[in-house]
Amino acid sequence: MAFTYSGRHHVHPIADAMALELEQLVVNYPGSPEPALDHVSLKIASGLRVALVGANGSGKSTLLKTVAGLLHPQAGTIRIYGHPVGACHHRVTYLPQRGDVDWRFPVSVKQMVLAGRYVHLGWLRRTGPNDRAMVMQVLERLGLEELAERQISQLSGGQQQRALLARALVQEADLLLLDEPLSAVDAPSRAIIAGVLADLRRENRTALVATHHLDRLDDEFDRVISLENGSLQTDRVIEETGRRLAPAKAPRYDQLATRTI
Amino acid sequence: MINWLLEPFSFTFMRIGLAAAILVSITCAALGSYVVLRRMAFIGDALAHTVLPGLVVAFLNGWNLFGGAIAAGLLTALGIGWVSRRGVVREDTAIGVLFTAMFALGILMMSRMNSFRDLSHILFGNVLGVRLGDLYITAAIAVGVLLTLALLHKELELTSYDPTYAEGIGLRADRLRTLLLILLAFTVVSCIQIVGVVLTSALLVTPAAAAALLTNRLPRMMVLAAIIAISSSIIGLYASYYANVASGAAIVLACTGSFFLAWVFHMLRTRVVRV
Repeated sequence: MAFTYSGRHHVHPIADAMALELEQLVVNYPGSPEPALDHVSLKIASGLRVALVGANGSGKSTLLKTVAGLLHPQAGTIRIYGHPVGACHHRVTYLPQRGDVDWRFPVSVKQMVLAGRYVHLGWLRRTGPNDRAMVMQVLERLGLEELAERQISQLSGGQQQRALLARALVQEADLLLLDEPLSAVDAPSRAIIAGVLADLRRENRTALVATHHLDRLDDEFDRVISLENGSLQTDRVIEETGRRLAPAKAPRYDQLATRTI
Repeated sequence: MINWLLEPFSFTFMRIGLAAAILVSITCAALGSYVVLRRMAFIGDALAHTVLPGLVVAFLNGWNLFGGAIAAGLLTALGIGWVSRRGVVREDTAIGVLFTAMFALGILMMSRMNSFRDLSHILFGNVLGVRLGDLYITAAIAVGVLLTLALLHKELELTSYDPTYAEGIGLRADRLRTLLLILLAFTVVSCIQIVGVVLTSALLVTPAAAAALLTNRLPRMMVLAAIIAISSSIIGLYASYYANVASGAAIVLACTGSFFLAWVFHMLRTRVVRV
């Protein structure tokens, strides 16, 4: 018996539901005249790696935060595996931007990654040997096993991003919302992260990744969505061969995306 | 030498004072670690000061001083939480305005009384004036605060360094912060009898800040801070007994000395690593 943080218990995904479905989503920040997200509709099928691109302030982070339940939409609906936001916290994980974390806090890499298990434990229950074994396994996969006992401030930018990704993986979520996981990342870290994204795809997990790094999008993602001023700009599906499809407006390619997979 | 060490504690008031100082040291060290890491030192200081009118009102009406102080402290803790959620005025500004006003109100009420001196121990603490009843309340506060910190350790730790991820898994970072403020209110009240309103934040901040220089794990930091605070309390008690100086001030200066030692140690160690 667990006392979950949200007070709600695990629910099963609705059969054949999209991993994520947004309908006419509107998000306003208090005091700002322009909406941060302006009637965004989107369908993402399970098992896709989706890149979310756009300039600063285009709404990438807002979209991820709203799906993660950190911001509340003014209008529209969000369905995650057929359920509303917050129906099942363990199924969705949010990887915050590196700047949201206080890296000087006295906590080890291992301890930080262990936090990915908390949503399964809930109040009062401690992490056990199984949780720790799982953390070590994921740290190994991300090439961080030798840094497990380091304090988090002693990591490089790329290592910090990998530690955040390790925590997201340890949560065993089905929908991963990664906010700028490639910022301040060196080439080896980027290769490791790309490998993890490919693994996720094989496990039929879904990743929505906000990124500024526009090179190699075609190799590392299955679909690229661009935002501008809070609206969906282009939505491009990348075929297995890596051949580009001509950019087009959102709705048509949306349907295409769900059909091709 | 043994006689010299044992002699002060042949008196009951010294033994009660020692017990109270040790309990408060442990509570302050554990909670103070969060105060330091979450940069809440200013709030800790403010809470200690805003308790003053509560103490004075309780004193004037012959109520239990603890009751008055805790009421004022909780009111402030919840008020700060409320103000910071509204976001109209910046939090530190709001605290600055409120805490000086509350403190001034307390001083005003004290100045109306005939026996201004009676309350000087509220301002500067008097560990040797702790009564047995006060000791029980201090013990209850220590147990309550430490138990809460232990049971909610993983949640408090996570919301301290990554509130965004914590919110994402359904934790309410703002509620945990309010809980910390409530624990802080209780701790500050038990602290006041040892070092007084004016010096309370020193006992919260200095040992934890010293410990932060010596380790990079939170639980270890709490234990080290407790050791530093307890040693400083004992040194302060001896100083006040043999040198006849104010106990609260002696305890605080012993803490400051420990901080300086920790800082020198930290500098030497990082220099060795760098070479």
